[in-house]
Parts: sequence; C-alpha cells; structure tokens
Amino acid sequence: MADKPRKLPQEVFAPWEDPEAKPLIQFRNVTKRFGEFTAIDDLTLDIYEREFFALLGPSGCGKTTMMRMLAGFEAPTEGQILLDGQNIAPVPPNLRPVNMMFQSYALFPHLSIWDNIAFGLKRDKLPKDKIAARVEEMLRLTRLEKFARRKPHQISGGQRQRVALARSLAKAPKLLLLDEPLGALDRKLREDTQFELMDIQEKTGTTFVIVTHDQEEAMTVASRIAVMNHGKIVQVDTPARIYEAPANAYVADFIGDVNLIEGTATRTGEDRCSVRFAEAADPITAECTADLSDGIAVTYAIRPEKILVTADRPADRANALEGQIIDIGYLGNISTYHVELPGGQMIKAAMTNSTRLDRRDFTWDDRVWLSWRETAGVVLTE
Amino acid sequence: MRRVSWFNLTSLTFGFAFLYLPMVVLVVYSFNSNKLVTVWAGFSTKWYGELFRNEAFLDAAWVTLRVALLSSTMATVLGTMAAYVLVRGGKFFGRTLFSGTLYAPLVMPDVILGLSLLLLFISIGLDRGMVTIVLAHTTFAMSYVAVVVSSRLVSFDRALEEAALDLGCTPLDAFRSVTLPIIAPAVISGWLLGFTLSLDDLVIASFTSGPSSTTLPIKIFSAVRLGVSPEINALSSILIGIVTVGVLTFSISSKRAIMKRMREENRAET
Amino acid sequence: MRRAVLILLPYTWLAALFLVPFLIVIKISLSDTALAIPPYTPTLDLTQGWEGIRTWWAGLDFENFVFLTEDDLYWKAYLSSLKIAVISTLITLSIGYPIAYGMARAPEEWRPTLMMLVILPFWTSFLIRVYAWKAILSKEGFLNQILLATGLIDDPLIILNTNTAVYIGIVYTYLPFMILPLYAALEKLDGALLEAAEDLGCSRLSAFWLVTVPLSKQGIIAGCFLVFIPVVGEFVIPALLGGSETLMIGKVLWEEFFSNRDWPVASAVAVILLAILIIPIVLFLKNEEKQREAEG
Repeated sequence: MADKPRKLPQEVFAPWEDPEAKPLIQFRNVTKRFGEFTAIDDLTLDIYEREFFALLGPSGCGKTTMMRMLAGFEAPTEGQILLDGQNIAPVPPNLRPVNMMFQSYALFPHLSIWDNIAFGLKRDKLPKDKIAARVEEMLRLTRLEKFARRKPHQISGGQRQRVALARSLAKAPKLLLLDEPLGALDRKLREDTQFELMDIQEKTGTTFVIVTHDQEEAMTVASRIAVMNHGKIVQVDTPARIYEAPANAYVADFIGDVNLIEGTATRTGEDRCSVRFAEAADPITAECTADLSDGIAVTYAIRPEKILVTADRPADRANALEGQIIDIGYLGNISTYHVELPGGQMIKAAMTNSTRLDRRDFTWDDRVWLSWRETAGVVLTE
Repeated sequence: MRRVSWFNLTSLTFGFAFLYLPMVVLVVYSFNSNKLVTVWAGFSTKWYGELFRNEAFLDAAWVTLRVALLSSTMATVLGTMAAYVLVRGGKFFGRTLFSGTLYAPLVMPDVILGLSLLLLFISIGLDRGMVTIVLAHTTFAMSYVAVVVSSRLVSFDRALEEAALDLGCTPLDAFRSVTLPIIAPAVISGWLLGFTLSLDDLVIASFTSGPSSTTLPIKIFSAVRLGVSPEINALSSILIGIVTVGVLTFSISSKRAIMKRMREENRAET
Repeated sequence: MRRAVLILLPYTWLAALFLVPFLIVIKISLSDTALAIPPYTPTLDLTQGWEGIRTWWAGLDFENFVFLTEDDLYWKAYLSSLKIAVISTLITLSIGYPIAYGMARAPEEWRPTLMMLVILPFWTSFLIRVYAWKAILSKEGFLNQILLATGLIDDPLIILNTNTAVYIGIVYTYLPFMILPLYAALEKLDGALLEAAEDLGCSRLSAFWLVTVPLSKQGIIAGCFLVFIPVVGEFVIPALLGGSETLMIGKVLWEEFFSNRDWPVASAVAVILLAILIIPIVLFLKNEEKQREAEG
C-alpha cells in the first residue's frame, strides 16, 4: 500500500481529458438561492456521456440541489444548465429525458412492482406489447421477475431499491440521477449493490450522476468525483487522484484518513522542499510544485497507511522521525498507532497486522521510528 | 407487554362509562312501552312503528339526507383542493388569511356562522330552502375535510409526486394517478365527517332553512325542547345504531388491513 | 395557470361564504330595526346611484351597541357564558387528561379499539347526546330513580334546567374534542423519557409534572381551545338542559333573532361575541399552524 507507483495507470475511459469531447451536461455559472441562503454558488461543471459521476459532500453542501435542478424540480437563479447543448431551464420535469432514483425510492404504494416499472412507459403512450416487453427486460436486469405482482410493502428493502432503479431506467433516459441510492441499505448489502450498480451502468451505457455523502461509495462506483462544500465544487477528479493528490486540506480530510501537519515550506531543489513544523523535530522532505515560494505557510498531508512504523531508524527513507506510541487502535486487519512527535505533533500510522496479535512488535509508550518516502505525502497551500 | 396500572384502568373505565351510559339509557328507554319515557312499563317496539308512520319525520329525514349528500360531496371537492393548496401550493398572496378562514369554522360558534350566512342570503336575495342549507353546510364541512386531508398530505412523501412528474406525468396526471389514490382514505373519511356533521347540524340549518325545507335536527329539537318523547328515543336509537355499525365496520376493516400489511411486511424482510 | 384556478376556487368560496357574511353582519349591526322585510333599515338601494349610497351610509350608527351596554342582560350573558366556558373547559381537561393518558399508556393492541370508542360518540349526533341527558337528569329520570332506590337520597334532586345540567351536558359532549388532541400528544411521548427522568431522581409524580405535562402542552392548548371557543357561543345545550337561571349569549342571540326578530341587535350581539372570541381563535389557529409545521 505504502509504495504505490507515483504514475497512475492511464484510464481507458477519460473523455474529460479529451478537448474535442462534447459534454452531455454543462453547468454554466449556475447559482441557486433559496431566499437569503445560497445553495449553489457560481458553479461551472461538465459531465460527459457514459460517465458515472459522483457528487460528494456533507449534508447541506448543495449536491442535492444540483441533482434537483437537473431533474427539473428546481430552477437555477442565475446561469444555465445545458443538456446536449440545449438549455433545459424551460423544459418541465415530465418532458426531460432525465430520470431520477429517489432516496426514499418513492415507489407508488398502490401499484404493483410491474405497474411501478411500467408507470413511465405508460405516460409515453407506448403500445401495450412494447411496454410489457420493456418491463420484462427491466425485471430481468434487476433480477425481480418473481416479484412482479407484489406490492412495494411486500418486498424487502434491497428489492425495493432494485425496483426503484428498474423504474427509473425503464424509459432509457439520457441521464439517470441517483439520490443517495444505497443510503437505506445495511452495510453488507450496500457493498454488493455498489458493484451491481456499476454493472448495470456499464450494460445500459446510461450516464449516471449519483449524490452521496459516503466517500467509500463514491470512490467505489464513480469514474469522477466532484467534492462539494458550501455550494461550490472543491475538486473534480478521478477517485485515485482525489485520494492521492487532493487539491487542498478540505478534500484531503474529507476523503479517507489523513495526517494534516501545519508548517512552513522552504525550497531545497528543483521539485523538492522541506516543511518545518516544530522546533524540536527534523523538517519533512517533500515533493512540491515549482511555483511554491519560500517561507509560505503550508499543510502537509500524509495518509496513515503510507507511514512505516519500525523500532530502528530505516536507512533508505527520506523522512524518519522518532516518537512515542500514545495509543493503539486494533481494527483486525490493521492497527492504527497514535504516535507523539517531539514538540507534541500527533501522527496516525496504520500497519497491516500480518502477524497474530500476541506477537505484536510494539506496545504503549514504546519509542518508535516513523518513516516515509518523500513522494508519499503532498504539500497543500490552501 | 406493559401491565396496565390501576389508576389508568380506573380512569379508562369511568371515562368510557361516562361517554356511553347516556346513550345506553336512551336506547333502553326507546323500548319502553310507556308514554312516560322514564317509567318502565314493559318491552315494546311500538314507538318505532309510530316513528315510521310519522310523515313529517320521514319528510325531514329525506331533506336532511339530500342536503348531507350534496353538501358533503361539494365540501370534499373544495376541502381537498384547499388542503392541497395549503400543503403543496407554496407561498402565495393571502396564504395566512386563507388558512385562517379555512380553519376558523372549526371553532366558530354555530350561531355566528348561521346568522352571518342567513344575512348574506337575504342581502343577495336568495330564497331560504334546500339550496341555502347546502351552501351553508358545504362551507363549514369543507373546513373539516381540509383538516383531515391536509394531515394526510403532510405525512405524504412528496417524492412520490416528484417521481410521477419525473416519469412523464403532467401535474394533473400526477395528482390523478398517484396523489389521489394514496390520499383516498383521508378523502373518504373527510366526506363521511362532512356527511355526519351535516346530518347533525341544528343551529346553522335553523338559520338558513326555509319553511319547506325542515331538516331532521330541527324537527327533533322542536319535539324535545320541552320534554322527552318516546318517538325521539326510537329515532335516536336508530341513528346511534347506524353510526355504531358504520364506525365498527370501518375500524374493523381498517384494522384488518393494517394487520395484513404488517404480516406481509414482516414476511418481505425475512 | 392551473395552480391559480386551484387556489382561487376554494379561496373565492371562503371569501364569499365566510368573510363577506361577517361584513354584512357588521353592517346590519349598525342598522335600525324596522317592521319590514328585511326587518332592518336602511337598505342599500343602488338604483338611486350615489344618492342611495349616501342615505344608506347616513343611516348607520352605533345605536345597537349603545343599547347592549345599557341593558345589563347582555353583558351579564357575555360574562356568564365566559364563566361557564372557562369552568367547563377546566372540568373537561381534568376528566379528559386521565382518559387520554390511560389510552396512551394502554398496551398497543388495545389502542385502536380505545380510539374507536372515543371517536364513536364524536360521530353520533350532538343533539341526540345532549337530549339523552334529559331522560337521565329529570326529576323522574334515571339518576333520581337509582339514587332513590338505593336510598342515598330521600327526595329527588333537581338537576335538569339548572346550570349543573348545562355543565354536565357541555363536559359530556365536548369530552372527545379534549381527549383526541391530548391522546395525539401523549401517544407520541417516548416512554424512555419518563424512565430517564426517574433514573435521574424524579419521583413518578414529579416526572409526570416535569416531563409528561410540558411535552403534552400542544395537546392541552389545542384541546382547551376546541372546547372553550365553541362553548362560549353554545346554544343547544343551554336550550335543552338549562333553565331560567342559565344565561348564555348563544341563547340570547337565538332569541333576539327568532323570537324578537330584532336582526340588528342580534347582529350586534354576534359582532361583540366575535370580538371576544377573535383572540382565542387566532391563538388556536397559530397553535394549529405550529403543530402542522412541526409535523411537516
């Protein structure tokens, strides 16, 4: 884990890197205000066809508002939303080629599963046999054939989730919106369903936009993630880059576990600098961008799993700091060590428990060495 | 299961005895053969026979029934619309005044409502009769319908309507194919409430009725104002009987439906 | 466009049949009694144009309100209505609360049945339920027969046609209106809160006062208003169960209208009654609005 190659493997599917590619959805300087409250603040974003795009953020960050604007339940206060190059503001929700899977699933309780899935098709006045064929297809896709005649309250939560998905996919929308689609499921089922969702997305080739506050879910399913906060997009990127190269301390902290160390940077080479964070401790050597000026206040972010804990100082590591173990969290597969450095800085380091617990190397109050490569962490200026 | 404390059991027993004893006494006396209602002289159903030979009562009952059917139906349409506007309509000019005037008739003394409606009908030159009673009853019954329907609408998951729109319904379609079927039980109980309120009303009907449109409560009131009457006992017993059967059937069937649903939900999760 | 129709239809109906009538009542309360059809003057004659409106306006005055303050029958009737309403509201609350509490604490499978038992009288004719007490409370009635037979009293009690009978009638008919909002509030109450209060050192009684009562406040307020406001203007109960000593404004209004045919004075009585009730009505509506917002 700690020694991941620096260069990420080239994604096969990456239309956002192709300047020729036409986005399916474009947000152009969109602002949405509810009275005094600004839910979306001058936001610009492109989403491409066949993407599985995740809007990730804490509750109240505006992600649900963005989804509701795409569905047509809210209109932007300023700016434009384009779908296939067309402004969709004047199109009411029932005429948009966009369907939504609701957080509460919103299955019609008075209709059977079959009728729920057929609901949207019937609105299009399709011939009866076509509707039946499409419903059967959707039932097969979501493995619900046996439950077609049941009412929503007669099936389990996981099955309801699949009905909601089938219903929103039935009309073959250009864009499918998923509002916290797995929020109501328990953990185990959620993990299975995530892969099922990806599978269905691939099979149907539909563009998915998912809203979630669960970072693991976003990391698992999405081709790209937009991390949002206070109505603005903080970073849009692939899961791997969001994790490995967060744009700022907010993203680094929001996704996964991280040590954030405040210090001042001094340039030491072409793309190297050192970050001094305490009088008593050695500075950290890190990779940094060329435009970094000397003496600037920075945050150094390093993931716990990138730090090695050893009894002796390792020779081949750029960074090595000695400290004392204050606390150990045993999580089964890994253990988290809370180590206090000279000067009081606390560092979390995660180590895989490759041996049984009774043969653990370190215990409370042990003095240990923490070490990592110079490319393992990032220097953040915001 | 929690045990019922003695205090709670006592208050429930006395409370329900207080609520029901008078009605039981009334029904028992209706089978008394004596003209002096409270002096028991043996079992008899003769007052029921007398009642059904009394043309004036039958006429009044027929008027009351028609008024109640018409006004509760109109009140259901208007009250449902009003509730929908209040719960779903968002902000509009005069919303507070609207909700105030909608809910005020719930507590407004009948004499004020009756008097004000009568004065309205007179000043616009509308002759008092069945039409005026229907208009008056519709007005106050729509408040009750609105209360019942809006409490259902409040607990109604708005996403259901949005899902219908999302799947291609126009707003009217969405109301017809999703909202209405789901709130139907509340609409029906609103209708029933409006119906019984109209059957029951004395004061407003007295103000707004004309000589040719005497309703049953007006008849009952003039008959019992000075004392008890065995025929009215019989009539009251019949009305109590109808309501009891109605409420019992309704609550037993809804309890069955709930039990069935709970069983199915349990089965679905396992 | 559709939304406008949806709003306008019920709105217009309420405006035409609820708000406008009040304005007419106010107008007529300012008119004079006349032996005519309709029995008041002046009447607005629009065929005379502006002149008609001017004579009509000149004919309006506060004479009827002055009359109401001069005759002590009226203000005594207002005061006595308020007194009866306050006392019967308190009695209804003290009887209704234990019943609602008992219902809310009853085993869950009993509750729908208990609820139905409260609702059943609510659906039964008001008039009939008031009438039922006539046969119970009269001199030869059921209650006296029982009491005489058991030897508790030697002479029959005179209850019918007294204020006592009116109180009994009010409490009886309005009890479901009190129980239902109280039950709704108490049923939502989490039993763990009481256990927490006892765990933190409250006795059963102080836990009741410090937790149950404050948390059922909205139900208490709603129930009290639902009883108090209509009782102030109550007509049927005093007319059927009350006697000559019973003075209630609803009855006065009724008699002024139907017996004396004095429409302007009846209107003035209604205007003052409404003025008295407007504050409780507004408070009631506010309370309802608050509850709806809390739920929605």
